[in-house]
Amino acid sequence: MNGLMPMDMTTVMGFIVVFSIFLYVVMDGFDLGLAMLFPLARRDDRNTMINTIAPVWDGNETWLVLGGGAVMAAFPTAYAILLPALYAPIMIMLLGLVFRGVAFEFRFRSARRARLWDAGFVGGSVAASFMQGVALGAVLQGVTVVDRQYAGGWFEWLTPFSVLCGVSVIVAYMLLGACWLIMKTEGHLRDGAYRWARLLLVAVLAAIVLVSLATPFLLGTYWDRWFAWPTMALTAPVPVLVALVALALVRTLAARRDYWPFPLALALFALCFLGLGVSVYPYIVPGSLTIWQAAAPEKSQAFFIVGVVLLIPVILVYTGYSYWVFRGKVGADAGYH
Amino acid sequence: MLEQLDAVLLARLQFAFTMSFHIVFPSFTIGLASFIAVLETLWLITNREVYHNLLKYWMRVFAIAFGMGVVSGIVMSYQFGTNWSRFSELAGPVVGPLMAYEVMTAFFLEAGFLGVMLFGTDRVGRGLHAFATYAVAVGTLISAFWILSVNSWMQTPQGHIVDETGRILPGDWWAIIFNPSLPYRLVHMVLAAYLTTALVVGACAAWHMLRRRAQDESRVMFSMAMWMLLLVAPIQIFAGDQHGLNTLEHQPGKVMAMEGHFESHPDGAPLYLFGLPNMETGTLDHAIGIPRLGSLILKHDMNAPMAGLDSVPREMWPPVPVVFWSFRLMVGIGLAMLALGLFSGLARLKGRLYDWRWLHRAAFVMGPAGFVAVLAGWVTTEVGRQPFVVYGVLRTADAVSPVAAPAVGASLLAFIAVYTAVFMAGTLYMLRIMARPPHDHEPGPSRDVPQRAAGITPGGAMAATGAPGDAKGGRR
Repeated sequence: MNGLMPMDMTTVMGFIVVFSIFLYVVMDGFDLGLAMLFPLARRDDRNTMINTIAPVWDGNETWLVLGGGAVMAAFPTAYAILLPALYAPIMIMLLGLVFRGVAFEFRFRSARRARLWDAGFVGGSVAASFMQGVALGAVLQGVTVVDRQYAGGWFEWLTPFSVLCGVSVIVAYMLLGACWLIMKTEGHLRDGAYRWARLLLVAVLAAIVLVSLATPFLLGTYWDRWFAWPTMALTAPVPVLVALVALALVRTLAARRDYWPFPLALALFALCFLGLGVSVYPYIVPGSLTIWQAAAPEKSQAFFIVGVVLLIPVILVYTGYSYWVFRGKVGADAGYH
Repeated sequence: MLEQLDAVLLARLQFAFTMSFHIVFPSFTIGLASFIAVLETLWLITNREVYHNLLKYWMRVFAIAFGMGVVSGIVMSYQFGTNWSRFSELAGPVVGPLMAYEVMTAFFLEAGFLGVMLFGTDRVGRGLHAFATYAVAVGTLISAFWILSVNSWMQTPQGHIVDETGRILPGDWWAIIFNPSLPYRLVHMVLAAYLTTALVVGACAAWHMLRRRAQDESRVMFSMAMWMLLLVAPIQIFAGDQHGLNTLEHQPGKVMAMEGHFESHPDGAPLYLFGLPNMETGTLDHAIGIPRLGSLILKHDMNAPMAGLDSVPREMWPPVPVVFWSFRLMVGIGLAMLALGLFSGLARLKGRLYDWRWLHRAAFVMGPAGFVAVLAGWVTTEVGRQPFVVYGVLRTADAVSPVAAPAVGASLLAFIAVYTAVFMAGTLYMLRIMARPPHDHEPGPSRDVPQRAAGITPGGAMAATGAPGDAKGGRR
């Protein structure tokens, strides 16, 4: 660690933040997406659906806490600007996650209220997903900062672009959820998941195109990044790769190859993430603060990075073990619950 | 009404509300995870089905309590940013990494093994399942360590540097983590969690014994719970006393408020049992006290001089009545726990632990007392720290977000509505499980047991039915 310059350490912390948020988005993404597919599924399939994620959802959600904690620890000024700026979306997301999280147990505890908790499971997941997308859009379009503090109003986050991002995240999570179900289930539930995935892929590609078209017009730096030489040489492959992955998804969905759509959907997410990262870097509050301007002192970051280096590999191992224990298809008759 | 309250007070109310709801669940799950780990160990060693039944019974309760702890905890982690952004910016370099360590060493551990613990019974062997249970139990304790380190640093900060812009930066991590009040607070809180759980388990057992049901399981868990009370309640009172002495050293103003010492007592301070603290006049009205006992307890010398709040500038006073009363409530319940523990000891000596109905009635009534004591204790220490959020370093009023009062008020109302509905329902579901007696072939959280585990349990079940009376479970 001593060999690193403080600037490099800040970049490392930036990667850690992006890594945690990415893992959160894909892992809780399929949980939330699966919940939003509930209304489309047959009632007797819903227990199977929830049983595919019951043993792992809590670990998936923990990456959200690490992502938030990493921003607070390493970029406290950005944390202090962005969270008040996103006050309403964050609060609604948290309340949505409350309803989503308790439904796993509650729906099995009361026959009479099971449908109510299922509604909370779906509604909470829709609210959380939409608000995560809105928050992303609000950060991308920039927030009003005066004197290193948030200085905008309560509803600055609400624009057509942030709503577009909210809807995009909903359909993207639903695609992940459908691909997860294809991998984890059999019979008519899997047939349904294939149908949903094909439709959702179209919606997701449309969303990617719309967000990509709108983003360069938000801030001048984005435009330069994508359409000015020499950075264009680095950015141009991203849309090409997106197109290739999308094509592979179309083909594996058509050929009904159960174990391919989920990893391909993850790859699609990774590419979109990469695209966003290329647009935003090195800003953490776009248009206002770079990661270096928002950085905590070296001592805070170094302490954090030591923990990440020692602990994250261990976490990944036992998280992988937990997925391994619950590997394979979940039949309708052998639910965990 | 909301317009008249300022944003700071609303943000404090919101934190107090969401925190109070949250802390109830960890207080229970820290104790319950350890209890389940002990049950599983006893089952592994003795193969007695009574432990297996209790294990599965309490795992179902644990699953609900843990879920509520998780969802209410995520709210807490984001509230630092939404409502206390100035605190996050100024103190984030110190508290942020500590909370990140809590996530990396505890939350992932708990979450990673919770699935195996709750749903993996028939997918892994008994040994691996026990390992998962231990991992979850250890995770809850590691989590307590880090979050209490953060809180203790906010109470007794050291090892930091305040720069010219007011940012609080880490100087010496070792000094920050192992700050002066951490050992006392950690011991006091973990023991509180164990006692709280013992009271719930004891009340559940007492309820079924009063109705003469599930004799084996109820007796085993009642005996275990009463041993816990008898042995740990006195230790907790001693630990609380030591914690108080530590507070006197580092936060004397808080102890003055706890004791109702508005005036300085140069020749020995009384111990006030009751009184009405009056912030306006700076007096304890209608006080009933025992002369010089306060000095004896706090200084171990009945003539030792003790300063009062009159030696502290008014603007540094915490809200005395809240601290004074919540402290008395906590201490009163602690003494009641001691009394219940002694009662059970007497019953055990007389061989009447399982048939003294007044003991069972007392244990049943005391069921929720631990939660009240935990909340009262946290109110004492948190309100007693006011007007600071980081004691002596950062005032609460300077820590709040630039968010308008109506936004904070609206979100507070939303939290009140949602938490009341959701957590009341969850509490009801837990009570519903506890209202049914534990029985042979408990389903546990995993409902496909009949399918695959058919070959595993019957042998143990038959071995266990022979010995109802000799419950040796209480050695914890």
